[in-house]
Amino acid sequence: MDFESLYREERPRALATLIRLLRDFDLAEEMLQEAFTAALEQWPAAGPPRTPWAWLVSTARHKAIDRLRRDRSRAAKSAEIVYLGEAALPAVDADEEPFPDDLMRLIFTCCHPALALEAQVALTLKALCGLSVEEIARAFLVSPTTMAQRLVRAKNKIRAAGIPYEVPASDRLGERLEGVMRVVYLVFNEGYAATSGDLLVRRELCTEAIRLGRLLRALLPAAGEVTGLLALMLLHDARRAARLDDRGEIVTLEEQDRSVWDRTQMAEGQALAEEALRRGGGGFYALQAAIAALHAQAARAEDTDWPQIAALYALLLRLHPSPVVALNHAAAVAMGERLERGLRLIEQIEAGGELEHFHLLPAAKADILRRLGRPLEAAAAYERALELVTHNAERRYLERRLREVRATSNPSGDPSGGPARA
Amino acid sequence: MKYLLLIYENEASMAGLSESEQGKIFQEYMDYTSGIHKSGHRLAGEALQPVATATTVRVKNGKTVTTDGPFAETREQLGGFYMVEAKDLDEAIKLAAGIPGASTGSIEVRPIMPTPPPG
Repeated sequence: MDFESLYREERPRALATLIRLLRDFDLAEEMLQEAFTAALEQWPAAGPPRTPWAWLVSTARHKAIDRLRRDRSRAAKSAEIVYLGEAALPAVDADEEPFPDDLMRLIFTCCHPALALEAQVALTLKALCGLSVEEIARAFLVSPTTMAQRLVRAKNKIRAAGIPYEVPASDRLGERLEGVMRVVYLVFNEGYAATSGDLLVRRELCTEAIRLGRLLRALLPAAGEVTGLLALMLLHDARRAARLDDRGEIVTLEEQDRSVWDRTQMAEGQALAEEALRRGGGGFYALQAAIAALHAQAARAEDTDWPQIAALYALLLRLHPSPVVALNHAAAVAMGERLERGLRLIEQIEAGGELEHFHLLPAAKADILRRLGRPLEAAAAYERALELVTHNAERRYLERRLREVRATSNPSGDPSGGPARA
Repeated sequence: MKYLLLIYENEASMAGLSESEQGKIFQEYMDYTSGIHKSGHRLAGEALQPVATATTVRVKNGKTVTTDGPFAETREQLGGFYMVEAKDLDEAIKLAAGIPGASTGSIEVRPIMPTPPPG
């Protein structure tokens, strides 16, 4: 019996309940850890209990009571410890089922807007995903000391400022849920963008984000955007095996070997994307999931339904306008063979000045110019993109493209970029 | 829990409003204050005179040094405060959001240090 996995499954719920009972993140985590140690000693012989969650919470609670007795006799300075007596720690029945409320409390507290975003992310990964401080530090490319301090500050803020351990009131639930989804999506993107360094650890962020997405969906099945977010992550993640070549170089969507896409995961993502659209079509994540699903449906890059994708981006642009969405729309229009129109849309964005420092804008322009058979202008745009790019693998991709267009000596007929288009 | 709600506004913009606009804001503050008084949240609250009336005091080497003006030049200036009793930060945030200045300026919500237990 794999107790490690069982603990991993049960841990978030147990921690959520213990935090409610003990009113202290650190104490709850520590006591739960001791309970797990006890589990490793007792479960192999006796078999796991019928309700592991209840066993863990009960055991941790007993250990907390012992701890508080010892601390009280040591004249603890903390008002909390002195105040908290056994009467304040209700017992937990062996057969009791966990309240979904406790897990919701934990999620919403970790993602409280009064905490800095990076603190929300760290706390979520620590408390809900059970990642260690070292693992989280490595994933976000900071030192373990920095990450430890970040977590300490976050917990201090929760305590000192009185951030409540509650599910938000229904009139606040929508906007608070947006905040939670932002954290989950951020975690996913950090993992997804991992192209160098500790690839394995950052890759795990995608797994954790998806796990959180599933958790949210189990707690809030009627929320269309929650389903949309999960769909989006599953669809992106399903392409992971094709995204980098064996030298760690980026392989664009166009060039990916689709035979290594995880088709089972894609099918799940597609089904969820459809459900998300049915539940209330205009959501930010739902629309992006629908776009990702259209890509998934194409057996080969050339089968991609670009006009439909462009239409979805147009809708996304109307409902959730942003310069980045506008850029994606322009790129999709261009891919649908309306290169000149795509180019004009990009020039409009450039004129607006908002994406001045975003390398993907000149990169997209360069790609269109390359395919239009205008290599000199394409080269200039690739150079501009290279001034702005930060990720190494993306840099190498752009350098490759720049070399290709420079190698084209004939400006009116580009053998490497396809026929010139009007 | 006790919180201090610090009201920061750009004084120059406020001063630039017409008399009727200023009167409207004054009334909004009166309504808000009586509201939180009735609900039992209000512990204290005052409007402050403008930063031009401020004096900053520092004691260096036993000497009291005073300078004209606020402790620092800022884009928004402290214009007033409320001290409130709220059950948690979410309630304090809700109270802060109700302050008329929240839509034009910023409200800093600061928990007050709890009084230590006796003995």
